[in-house]
Amino acid sequence: MSVKAKKKSPTTTKVKEEREVPKVKLIPVYVMGKRYEVPEGLTLMKAMEYAGYKFIRGCGCRGGTCGACGTVYRKPGDYKLQVALACQKTVEPDMYITQIPFFPANRAQYEFAELTSAPEQVFKLYPELFRCVACNACTKACPQGIQVMDAISALKQGNIAQAARLSFECIQCGLCTSRCFGELAQYHMFQLARRIYGARILPRAEHLAEMVKAVNEGKYDDILGELKHMNKDELEKLYQEREEEPVTAGEDWKPKDKTYL
Amino acid sequence: MSLAYYPGCTLKTKAKSLEEPAIASMEVLGFKLEEITRWNCCGAVHSLADDDLIHQVAPVRNLIRAREQGKNELVTLCSFCFNTLKRANLLMKANAEKRNTINSFMDDEIDYSGEVKVVHLLEVLRDEVGWEALAQKVKLPLRDLKVAPYYGCMLLRPREVAIDSVENPIILRKLLKALGATPVDFPESTRCCGSYQVVSDPGVISAYAWNILSSALSHGAEALVLTCPLCDYDLGQGQKELVKKRAEFRGMPIFYFTQLLALALGLDPQVCHFELNYGNTESLLREKNLLP
Repeated sequence: MSVKAKKKSPTTTKVKEEREVPKVKLIPVYVMGKRYEVPEGLTLMKAMEYAGYKFIRGCGCRGGTCGACGTVYRKPGDYKLQVALACQKTVEPDMYITQIPFFPANRAQYEFAELTSAPEQVFKLYPELFRCVACNACTKACPQGIQVMDAISALKQGNIAQAARLSFECIQCGLCTSRCFGELAQYHMFQLARRIYGARILPRAEHLAEMVKAVNEGKYDDILGELKHMNKDELEKLYQEREEEPVTAGEDWKPKDKTYL
Repeated sequence: MSLAYYPGCTLKTKAKSLEEPAIASMEVLGFKLEEITRWNCCGAVHSLADDDLIHQVAPVRNLIRAREQGKNELVTLCSFCFNTLKRANLLMKANAEKRNTINSFMDDEIDYSGEVKVVHLLEVLRDEVGWEALAQKVKLPLRDLKVAPYYGCMLLRPREVAIDSVENPIILRKLLKALGATPVDFPESTRCCGSYQVVSDPGVISAYAWNILSSALSHGAEALVLTCPLCDYDLGQGQKELVKKRAEFRGMPIFYFTQLLALALGLDPQVCHFELNYGNTESLLREKNLLP
């Protein structure tokens, strides 16, 4: 934002106090086809609010991670539609903006406990997967820059792990699905892929199970009990005298007292 | 020597028994089948509708992947992938109007005009390796194994994509000879297996299978060799029905050509995944002392 420079004080002693008024440049944008003048530098979401829209849906975290504010826009002189999250993208002159906060995509119902890592289950739950003609509209519509079509190809090849990895950044905004020629619900399929990947394909953390077992068997009951009955001074002393892991410690560093390892 | 390779979805799910022995065998023969990256479905079937260009996008995109990865030739294993890719390539080469439409639709990709040559692995064996050189590499000749070569449609039709004579193909016969097996010619070797008819009418498949398998049997074949996962499925599922319906028919073992190749080259039979075959291929091979 440009700030009007403060005028030099006149030489006279009588100085009139002049308030600094930030000079805001207004730019035209079109929200659902209607022209508004909004301050430049605002996000699309704030610009729409400035124009008078009130969000009771299509707005969540305002931090670019919840996927609620998927937005489609186009700039003059360009046939290409572009996508963004309204809370992240700043306004540009003459943008045509519309939000697609929700898309009525098909989400399969399943009992997750019954699913294994076999790709055929994904095929059965989402047979429309094979309607993909590789037009790539989904990839072009992804505000997260995910290679959506590649992830769909991975699913067709039965490679759930690859689909999960490629779609890791998906925020479920649904813009891919809104553009899909074959009416695939890519983001729901990917969510299923990531669930299967996490629960059935990635190796289990065996050390976690061991630790839970040790906790349940009461390995830490005594020390926790002692801590509970310490007063403030004793706790402070214990904390201050604790053995700290040096900043330069390697992965094999271990404390002197190994009782609770 | 490295060859750019397009596997196709089925080889990654149902037809590991076609792919894995191929990769292992080609390595023995001095070729590395290198999978191109970011490939998608081949399009599954070539669309015959003249104005149906959207179904050319998938195969063309794969050809573009090969091109942008610096490849001039793309090797395929699945007959259907071979057919859809090669026909899409011909279209991009020969038809300027359709080429322009497809290229302008795919504005996210480089322009393409049919620069990549689509080949089937059988052609590589014939033209790059050579039957004699192949025969010399055979460690376990498939002696006494009487195999009927079955081509189906996709390697031979239409004429402009055929890898061999449309009417009298010999490429599988030559392969079987080189591997030490006994090829059994039969008149149904280029007859359609029923193809995707199985989707709308599963019953029709066993009738097709009977025509083909009974003909091969009556000409003295003990097994069938083929190249296509859909032929494999149709003839395999079809014969399951036949075994139930016809007391005299005990089923026929069906091999992929790559399984016999790997076996004859002396590779570990595990790479062949005989357990995925239709018909009892393993007991036939044991009978012939080709499996321990």
